[in-house]
Amino acid sequence: MIIGAGALGTGSAEMLVRAGIGKITIADRDYVEWSNLQRQQLYTEEEAEQRIPKAVAAKKRLTAINSEVEICCHVMDVSVEEMERLVEGVDLILDASDNFDIRMIINDISQKYQIPWIYSACVGSYGISYTILPGETPCLNCLLEKVPMGGITCDTVGIISPAVQMVLSFQISEALKILVEDRLHLRNKLISFDLWENHQSSINVDKIKREDCPSCGAERSYPYLSFSNQTKTAVLCGRDTVQIRPSQPIDRDLESLDKALSRQLGKVSRNPYLLSFSTAEHRLVIFKDGRVLIHGTKSIPEAKSLYHRYLG
Amino acid sequence: MILTVNGDQVEVPNTVKTIAELLQHFELNNKVVIVEKNAEILEKEKHAETLISDKDKIELVHFVGGG
Ligand SMILES: [Zn+2]
Repeated sequence: MIIGAGALGTGSAEMLVRAGIGKITIADRDYVEWSNLQRQQLYTEEEAEQRIPKAVAAKKRLTAINSEVEICCHVMDVSVEEMERLVEGVDLILDASDNFDIRMIINDISQKYQIPWIYSACVGSYGISYTILPGETPCLNCLLEKVPMGGITCDTVGIISPAVQMVLSFQISEALKILVEDRLHLRNKLISFDLWENHQSSINVDKIKREDCPSCGAERSYPYLSFSNQTKTAVLCGRDTVQIRPSQPIDRDLESLDKALSRQLGKVSRNPYLLSFSTAEHRLVIFKDGRVLIHGTKSIPEAKSLYHRYLG
Repeated sequence: MILTVNGDQVEVPNTVKTIAELLQHFELNNKVVIVEKNAEILEKEKHAETLISDKDKIELVHFVGGG
């Protein structure tokens, strides 16, 4: 299962599908934008033009690449409930997300169901990856101790494609070893590199495993699976965008919303998965599953007031 | 003082005496960083008390979120 279908998600999905993996599940909450095309290898100009959800576009391309692989794609913002549902029967979780809220949930799910996962991320020319094996290695919570707030470089500076490919090489090599059950060859080190600065480092972090870790320790509580730790609104890293997610999943009737908003606002564009319109300073994108992206602000209160103004 | 940081020889001012000060020097003090000194990993609590000296080999790995 791959969480996220951005640069890392499209790259790892393509490698695994070409390798003929039996079944792959991909979940992503976003749609294709022009700026994605520089590094997100499954998408095209046409999909950016039409704002096709990444999960839909990815499935189309992956099926064209290898029709024998079972490909399940979900347009959804994966949080705890979704993860609990999707994880059934999964052998390995690949992190291709862009935020630590979801990574901490992946980490707790991995410990709870004893499924290995691979943390991977990149920014600029820098990349990092670590393979987490429940019961053996430290977990992400051991390494970070808490969700980093602000201490994380996000992708405002962009990512060069070679950095993506390098992280993918590390991530998918490890994934193949896990999938063919050759654990002896796993790297067992936290790896990081900077292709511009010509650095690479690989360190053994076994010592960081904490007995009292709430995610993997003896008395564990899986803190990120409890409701109070879930984000309902999120400022998307580096994007000048706020996401608002209704507390209950809903199936929004985009057609009638289109009618209502067109009367007020004039131009509203819509495809089967989402609807979008612009105001003087903002652009709102409303997904069928009820989520709304508000572009043009980093302020959660401002985003909420726009949300309520147009959607009640 | 000359250190090897992520494989490169780096000169740092002698006012930098501890790992915590070194992180500050590299402007990594507000980031989530894992530090290894001479092949020995250091827990976060030890950054402030661990002294560095000439020719130490330091590896700094910082966590990023993009992908
Ligand atoms: Zn842990």
